[in-house]
Amino acid sequence: MKFNKLAVAASLAAFSFSSQAAQLDITISNLTHGIHFTPFVVAGHDDSTHIFQVGQAATPELQAMAEGGDISGLVNMLTTANAEIVENPAGGLLAPGASTNFMLDTGSMGYLSLSSMLLPTNDGFAGVDAWQIPSEPGVYWINVNAYDAGTEANDEIINGGGAPGAAGIPVAPGGDGGTNATGVTTEETNQTVHIHRGNLGDDDATAGKSDVDSRIHRWLNPVLRIRVEVL
Amino acid sequence: MTIFSRKSNLLKPSLFSLFALTLAACSDDNDTPAPPPVQPIPKTFQVVVTNITHNQPFSPAAVALHQSGSFWQLNQAASEALETMAEGGDNSAMLAESFVMEGASGGEIIMPGAEDVVPIQTLETGELYLSVATMLVNTNDAFTGISSVDVTNMAVGDSLTFRVTAYDAGTEGNSEAQGTIPGPADGGEGFNSTRDDRDFVHRHPGVVSLDDGLTTSVLNQSHRFDNPVSTVRILRTR
Repeated sequence: MKFNKLAVAASLAAFSFSSQAAQLDITISNLTHGIHFTPFVVAGHDDSTHIFQVGQAATPELQAMAEGGDISGLVNMLTTANAEIVENPAGGLLAPGASTNFMLDTGSMGYLSLSSMLLPTNDGFAGVDAWQIPSEPGVYWINVNAYDAGTEANDEIINGGGAPGAAGIPVAPGGDGGTNATGVTTEETNQTVHIHRGNLGDDDATAGKSDVDSRIHRWLNPVLRIRVEVL
Repeated sequence: MTIFSRKSNLLKPSLFSLFALTLAACSDDNDTPAPPPVQPIPKTFQVVVTNITHNQPFSPAAVALHQSGSFWQLNQAASEALETMAEGGDNSAMLAESFVMEGASGGEIIMPGAEDVVPIQTLETGELYLSVATMLVNTNDAFTGISSVDVTNMAVGDSLTFRVTAYDAGTEGNSEAQGTIPGPADGGEGFNSTRDDRDFVHRHPGVVSLDDGLTTSVLNQSHRFDNPVSTVRILRTR
């Protein structure tokens, strides 16, 4: 009897271990009209790790990603946390209408996070914060909203400013941005991570308040759709 | 796929009548009329489309039952039938698509706050998908709807409800300019075969409007919208 119970317990343990080592087949699709996404950082991690948290101030690592698309700080943070990481799966920018597909072996890590900056924005990003990876194999869908890192005023001036703390938008990768904008605002009143209010934009490519085009660079949530297949 | 299923539907009554004939022939009393053949009961659905925008009337809803195909696929180019509906509200080409087994059009424009109930039925007993599409008429080419919802296993009395977002057909630039919008905000042009936008179906970025700084827009603040824009409820009634 005792031996049998032990055998059952051992097989249960083996089963639960194998169900935790998740192979994820992930596809990220850009749903927007005219927004490019900077290189993604995608990670499987434990329950105490966060790339960002809504309602909390951004970390310097998140700020660097949200203002300039630089994921190196987040990758370092995740590496220290023993996360399983995929960097830049799209091999550059993810254009409107484009998708990227890749595999992530999350090992024993139970949570999935990812993030990427929206261009052209000042500090807009899309992200998933600690999505619990289902143990049941199957296909799951995640709709992703756009957030404002709360670290930079949304002046909507395209001036190449991508370093943390530098004002302005790095670039409009579609080549459809304007110049000579006077700026939409100089204030960032909510300095925590919050839902992005969207680009304002204008229809003047060489003047006006904004270098962002209101007909092209606005969006409504969600901005990304993610298909996760748990194998 | 469609042709095959139609054939199998045709086969069933004829097999049944053969069987009825055999019964009649074996009967002892040839004067007794054969029992009337039992009519197969069609699966019947009611599709309720509710407009939850502020000032974006919807064109008459296209409702279709099908086994393959789809009206659109995200990030893929729109069909000309979808373009026709999304730019001008005319759903006839969509409902005539070859993959559509049963198509039904709502009878009326669905005003903001209003709903339309579109009944649809089929004799198909196998796999079954339901799609709905309608245009936001005070836009260049925005539409809403659901694509290929699996209704195969819905029982009588079951219902499914969706809060649905707005899509951009990607076939006409979102100029909001005078003469380009067919709805009451403009009374302009509907379908135009020129494709001067991104040429793939995506999430609509929303309308800007004159009040929000698009100086050439015929739209005002009342025409703006956010997601979701519609509620679609599928109820199996029989």
